[in-house]
Amino acid sequence: MARYVVKRMILAVVTIFIVCAITFFAMNAIPGGPFNAEKAPSPEVQKVLEKRYNLDKPVGTQFVLYMKNVFRGDFGVSLKTGRDIADILWTSFKISAKLGGMAAVVAIICGIVLGSIAALMRNKWPDRLIIFFSTLATATPSFVLATLLLLVFCIKLGWIPVWSAESNNYVLPVISLSVYPMAYITRLTKTSMLDALGQDYVRTAKAKGVSPKKVIFKHALRNALIPVLTYVGPMLAFIITGSLVVENIFTIGGLGSKFISGITNRDYPIIMATTMFLAVLMIVFNLLTDIIYKVVDPRITFE
Amino acid sequence: MSEENKLPKRSPFSAQIDLAKFELATEEEKRQQDVMSESTTFLKDGMRRLKKNPLAMGSIVILVLILLLIIIAPRVVPYTYSGIITVDGVRDKSAKNLAPFTYSKLEQEYIDEGGKVFPHILGTDEMCRDYFMRVIYGTRVSLFVGLFASVLVLIIGVFYGSISGYAGGRVDMIMMRIVDIIYSLPDLLMVILLSVVLSQVITFQPGSLMAKLGSNMISLFIVFGLLYWVGMARLVRGQILSIKENEYVLAAQSIGAKSGRIIKRHILPNCISVIIISTALQIPSAIFTESFLSFVGLGVQAPMPSLGSLANSARDGLQSYPYKLVFPAVMICLIVLAFNLLGDGLRDAFDPKLKD
Repeated sequence: MARYVVKRMILAVVTIFIVCAITFFAMNAIPGGPFNAEKAPSPEVQKVLEKRYNLDKPVGTQFVLYMKNVFRGDFGVSLKTGRDIADILWTSFKISAKLGGMAAVVAIICGIVLGSIAALMRNKWPDRLIIFFSTLATATPSFVLATLLLLVFCIKLGWIPVWSAESNNYVLPVISLSVYPMAYITRLTKTSMLDALGQDYVRTAKAKGVSPKKVIFKHALRNALIPVLTYVGPMLAFIITGSLVVENIFTIGGLGSKFISGITNRDYPIIMATTMFLAVLMIVFNLLTDIIYKVVDPRITFE
Repeated sequence: MSEENKLPKRSPFSAQIDLAKFELATEEEKRQQDVMSESTTFLKDGMRRLKKNPLAMGSIVILVLILLLIIIAPRVVPYTYSGIITVDGVRDKSAKNLAPFTYSKLEQEYIDEGGKVFPHILGTDEMCRDYFMRVIYGTRVSLFVGLFASVLVLIIGVFYGSISGYAGGRVDMIMMRIVDIIYSLPDLLMVILLSVVLSQVITFQPGSLMAKLGSNMISLFIVFGLLYWVGMARLVRGQILSIKENEYVLAAQSIGAKSGRIIKRHILPNCISVIIISTALQIPSAIFTESFLSFVGLGVQAPMPSLGSLANSARDGLQSYPYKLVFPAVMICLIVLAFNLLGDGLRDAFDPKLKD
């Protein structure tokens, strides 16, 4: 157990380091420095600026310095606005975390409920309906869904006001982010629930005269949820990347839209900071789900 | 009856059968036996299962229809994906944002004079281009990207996975650690990052196919080649680890066959079904990624359309021209759905582990 955790943690640290290195060196591979904009400052000013941001040193040294600063929580400043990136990151992260968290909760709860219903009513109409829609949902990109929802509910029907400073209604963004993972969890739960219902321990419980409710919730569902747990890591990755476009479509000022506007503005420090931040978040979550997965299911042995 | 058929009975409880109680099968009975145990190959057996799956067959029909459409339409429709509509050789600047099956003023006049104008099946876009052709070319680009990226993943993954699995030992361990690390990289973020960087770094001669697709697309392929092969490599390695324990591999080794030949001739054909299924499921994910990138603005180079970039540009006039979003969106869903269902069907039909 301890050996496994340590091994996974080492791997995670190596991965995080590689992500940081790729991001940093990739950014530095782009021709032109940050101060070669249209309104280029005079060479003297440029030299001072480059010295100020350590840009006159070799790339390797820059990387070391940057990593040191990142460890202190200093991500540098935005090239376009001059604002502190840690600041931007934190304000937008709060919004994104709220959005992503809600989407994750909705996806998990609805997915498990729908999946269990589909499994318990196998081959009846609720099962067919649920599976039909979840198959359809896994083929719809989140940006298409988000735009369609915006079109129908905000513009055509006018039920939900468009996102603005006064009204921040999370309903549509949460729906567009949670539909895909929800559909996936539904299918996952259905398969594992069917598998669990066919197990010997369920038959034993039934034979002992345990009530059907207890059999379903205590014996079948609990075991059926273990595969769902493994999907939490990938789901987070999906929600993060999905929120990149969904936030942009609904004009929510979260991390995702910062990232996208960073790309369109070629604001490299922002792209880098958000990439690293999100990557670390994903890797840590993946690590956590993997460890929890092994802890929850005693049948799984540690290599 | 021959001599050996007349063996004496040893004891009353012997299991030895009394051949006198049996008679030879007639020709007809023999034929019946033949029919019942008709030999079937792996491919035939799988195809039989696949044909029984209505969802998979429906997906094949839809994909074939889409394929026919994108091949035939550009030969029939007289418009191009990038050219402004011309009426009688004159550029028609009034043909902006037409609804499906309507004509611009200039075109209407021309029709009234007795000229023939091909209908705009899906209307036109904000730059006076025929939208139907743009959707058709967008589909072409998206499908091309999906197929090409999947083939790329297939080649790299099979190559890497088979070397790792066959070599085993220390080589395998090191190669798999590399795979583990790449596997846990957040792929889409890396794709975006590398696309931003590579699109700045790579340049092409103007006019070549590469330049038409744009550096973004090439960087997408590079990124796919760098990151997405790990799933395939893991799969192939796992298969090869179990297949290489078979006696026929040992036999091949003992008569001096080289490793490359054993992998190519004896091992890979035995895991081909798993590889094909995984490739079929890779295509929709590649199309998803491409449309996502195009939507973000890192996709194909304008004026070349892709389904994602069409959906993105449809957002500007969403209020007035919602159908411009609907057509590319439906196309993406249809293609991805069809490939997903086909992949599932192929898995059910060909995966030896699922055989009952």
